[in-house]
Amino acid sequence: MVTAGDKTETARLYELLSSVVDPEIPVLTLQDLGVLRDISIENGEVKVTITPTYAGCPAMEVMRSDIESTLASAGYERVSVKQSLSPAWTTDWMSADGREKLRDYGIAPPANTACGKSAKQIECPQCQSTEVKLVSEFGSTACKALYQCQDCREPFDYFKCI
Amino acid sequence: MSDQTKALQDYCIALGDDSLTLGHRLSEWCSNGPFLEEDLALTNVSLDFIGRARMFYGYAAELDDEGRSEDDFAYLRDCREYRNFLINELPNGDFAFTMARQLMVDTYDMGFFEGLAKSSDPTLAAIAAKAIKESRYHLRRSQDWIIRLGDGTAESHERTQNAFNELWAYSAEFFETSVAEQQLVDAGIAVDRTALKDDWMTGMQTILKQATLDIPTHDWAIGGGRDGQHTEHLGFLLAELQFLQRAYPGQQW
Repeated sequence: MVTAGDKTETARLYELLSSVVDPEIPVLTLQDLGVLRDISIENGEVKVTITPTYAGCPAMEVMRSDIESTLASAGYERVSVKQSLSPAWTTDWMSADGREKLRDYGIAPPANTACGKSAKQIECPQCQSTEVKLVSEFGSTACKALYQCQDCREPFDYFKCI
Repeated sequence: MSDQTKALQDYCIALGDDSLTLGHRLSEWCSNGPFLEEDLALTNVSLDFIGRARMFYGYAAELDDEGRSEDDFAYLRDCREYRNFLINELPNGDFAFTMARQLMVDTYDMGFFEGLAKSSDPTLAAIAAKAIKESRYHLRRSQDWIIRLGDGTAESHERTQNAFNELWAYSAEFFETSVAEQQLVDAGIAVDRTALKDDWMTGMQTILKQATLDIPTHDWAIGGGRDGQHTEHLGFLLAELQFLQRAYPGQQW
């Protein structure tokens, strides 16, 4: 049975975990990224559900241990982090706030809904020009592609729609 | 363990083996790519395949009644127990060979994972739904490269044509179903791979035509990977892949 106390507790857990960030893109929290799917408390055990961005993303292990250590240092002794595959993660889950933070960080956020036709142009995060050129389908990590701005000439990472 | 559970576990192991062997081959390009961006791309694709292997082995471990883990499947089985398609274990060759293989595998993967996403087994369907998003990117890149290489210089054209001539016979394995697998197909769990051939051929013809390359016409075929009969190359691959666990059993990060 969920009591009002549990609800407050869950809210506190979300608050706590808002300090856990993507180790590769430290401006994004796991909530911004849409990786944190659920937090629940069952029989005194905190159960956190996360979903992987990419199947082989090495950041997932780091995120898992960061969640565990954050909760442990807040006094939660029994914590389990479960990975859920379905529904498959999509960049559509990235928060509006997260997209702004990405842009400020110099990474162009996903322009469209997942794998949809180009509704919006990819913009250079430096000068907002849409005159951009694909350099490589893969950038510094699996979730990004490499572009170059034709106006300001800056190369930049683009967070791919998936 | 029931016959069907055993067949399902074998199926997961074979799919894990496909992903792990190809993922390992791609990882060998790390620091050897033709230029930096391509080096990054090859290793990113490699990671996707290794991640896929973990998901399949992880599920095989859940089904296991001997308590084996995903690591046991990856590191403690020898050649004859590996069930991957032979094409995945072949050495990388030159860049044209690597990308020709990639186009063949990515084209196959698109059809296969679309089918597997409809599996009556929810875990397989979830893995497939995840994998297909990645394969879509892989395929786009391998198509671009084959068109660029085939329709490029005389040298790149010749190397790419040679690669397809050498690799073509290995595609037969994609479309051969074993008896145990057929039971899973009948149960709505596995994909009927024989039905994927026409779409695969159409996909290959479209790209090779744009790349001004010829579809190889010889009709000889090589098989045996799904039965554990491999080329001489797999042993060397596993020797490197498994060295640490063989030398230091149970070692962990």
